[in-house]
Amino acid sequence: MQRFIIIRVFHSVLALFAVSIIIFGLARISGDPVAMMLPIEATDADFARVRAAWGLDKPLHIQYATYVGNIFQGNFGESIKWKGQDALSLVLQRFPATLELSVFALVISAVIGLPIGVIVAVKKDTGVDLAGKIVALLGQSMPSFWLGLMLMWVFAVQFGLLPTSGRGTFKHLILPAVALGYFQVAAVMRLTRSSMLEVLDTEFVKLARIKGISENMVVWKHCLRNALIAPLTYFGLIMGGFLTGSVVTETVFGWPGIGLLAIDAVRARDFQVVQSVVILFAAIFILSNLVVDILYAYLDPRIRYTH
Amino acid sequence: MANIAIPRKLPAYRVPGWRQVREQARRYPLVPLAIILLVLVIPAIFANVIAPHSPTVGSLSNRLQPPIGSGAEVIDGIVFSEGGTWAHPLGTDKQGRDILSRIIYGARVSLTVASISIIIAGIIGTTLGLIAGYFGGNIDHLIMRLVDIALSIPGILLALVLAVALGPSFQTVIIVIVVVFWSRYARLVRGETLAIKSQDFINRARVAGASNFRIITRHVFPNVVNTIIVLATLEVGQVILLEASLSFLGAGLPKPTPAWGLMVADGRELIVGSWWVAFFPGIAILLAVLSMNLMGDWLRDKLDPKLRNV
Repeated sequence: MQRFIIIRVFHSVLALFAVSIIIFGLARISGDPVAMMLPIEATDADFARVRAAWGLDKPLHIQYATYVGNIFQGNFGESIKWKGQDALSLVLQRFPATLELSVFALVISAVIGLPIGVIVAVKKDTGVDLAGKIVALLGQSMPSFWLGLMLMWVFAVQFGLLPTSGRGTFKHLILPAVALGYFQVAAVMRLTRSSMLEVLDTEFVKLARIKGISENMVVWKHCLRNALIAPLTYFGLIMGGFLTGSVVTETVFGWPGIGLLAIDAVRARDFQVVQSVVILFAAIFILSNLVVDILYAYLDPRIRYTH
Repeated sequence: MANIAIPRKLPAYRVPGWRQVREQARRYPLVPLAIILLVLVIPAIFANVIAPHSPTVGSLSNRLQPPIGSGAEVIDGIVFSEGGTWAHPLGTDKQGRDILSRIIYGARVSLTVASISIIIAGIIGTTLGLIAGYFGGNIDHLIMRLVDIALSIPGILLALVLAVALGPSFQTVIIVIVVVFWSRYARLVRGETLAIKSQDFINRARVAGASNFRIITRHVFPNVVNTIIVLATLEVGQVILLEASLSFLGAGLPKPTPAWGLMVADGRELIVGSWWVAFFPGIAILLAVLSMNLMGDWLRDKLDPKLRNV
């Protein structure tokens, strides 16, 4: 187990380095940063002076080392669009909004996905099962930005029940969270269904039934507890997915989180802010993958040896 | 899932005629196939013949016409919209462009992006997977580390960085999709190759003097083709979704390309007065992705049932 964890942590660090190299490389492809800092009438001597001041005259690997060093010190550079603001602190300011949205979307996907998954498994091969399959298929085929817009149109524009966009009251939270969570409702449902079907077929469930325990108890207590492992570990992955998926949902609903910040930064070609968002999200994404992998290996020892 | 458990209760009685229809439908994926042809393939190939109007040129006098079937809207004596006409069955957008025509051309865009990127990703992933699985050792380690890294990079974020660095374009979209999708082929093909490699016919080919290249191309590859086809079909829907999301965000195809994601984005600010601008392109995406997913599921069950959990 220890060996497995060490190897997985090592891989995660490698992945983070790969992300940083990609971003560093792209930053250099996207044009000479000095040209963006200096006025048009600048002379060659000005260019050389600024290059030296920023360390851009040094070889690439040294530039990269400085870049990584800065990141470790939390120095992601200054925003171009929001003048004078530190890129990282801009991102961190927006973090609570994104977290709020993701957590609520997670609650929705759990509260809806798990029970439906159980019911659909118990009613296998009936109309209920078919309905569940259709819901799941729609969830996987529907673009979340479009679902968000349609929810907005029906509930905010037509019926005026909920606000169209922005953040504030609980009412503001409902539509974006549903739009973000629906895709995962389908995934949680499918996962719960298949692991419930496995458990329903085991000996101890038959024994519980023979003992005369009520069907409700058998399904919701004996089976669900054992079937929960797969969906529960999956929630770790969902959380990572939500944080990155929030880019789309936040754009639709004007939710002032990190995703919207990233899009605004993309439109303003504000590379410092975009790279801070990407590195932060990639780190969260990689970390949640790591946690899930370790959790799986802990729960299912067979996994440790296949690596 | 081979569930051969004894049924707990007898299957419900069904009218025979209906049952036969269902059986036929199960044997061939008629409905998904029909949708794929109607929504994706035929419009993509014959866009310039079918489309009633130009996808990029509109006339401002025709702007924001409602679709057929939506009645005239008169509030307090002021005419807000006069109902749809057959000239523009799905209405027009803010620049007076015909939405139906744009959706038809959009099928060409989606299908082009999906096929090019899936072919490139498939070639890269399959080649690396074959090499990793066949040769093993350090090269296998190296390739699998690359796969792990690729799998842990979130695609939409990568697209955002690329869009800033290179500017949104057709090439950027293809690059992003290839970077996100190649690793799945590599991992799957490697696994299959490992299993095939240990079989007798490979050893016999080697004894007969076949070179590594010949063994890989003539003996291993034909045995993984089914897997690749199934995976590729299952991924078409996902690629269409990713491309639409990227275009919606402004990090995908540039305007005025008639891309479905861009069209939904156009309709975002008009959702209060003109719902149809965003509604119909979304339906096109939904139908295309749904039918490709169903098609992929069917192909998987037919060609390669072991892939159930992919």
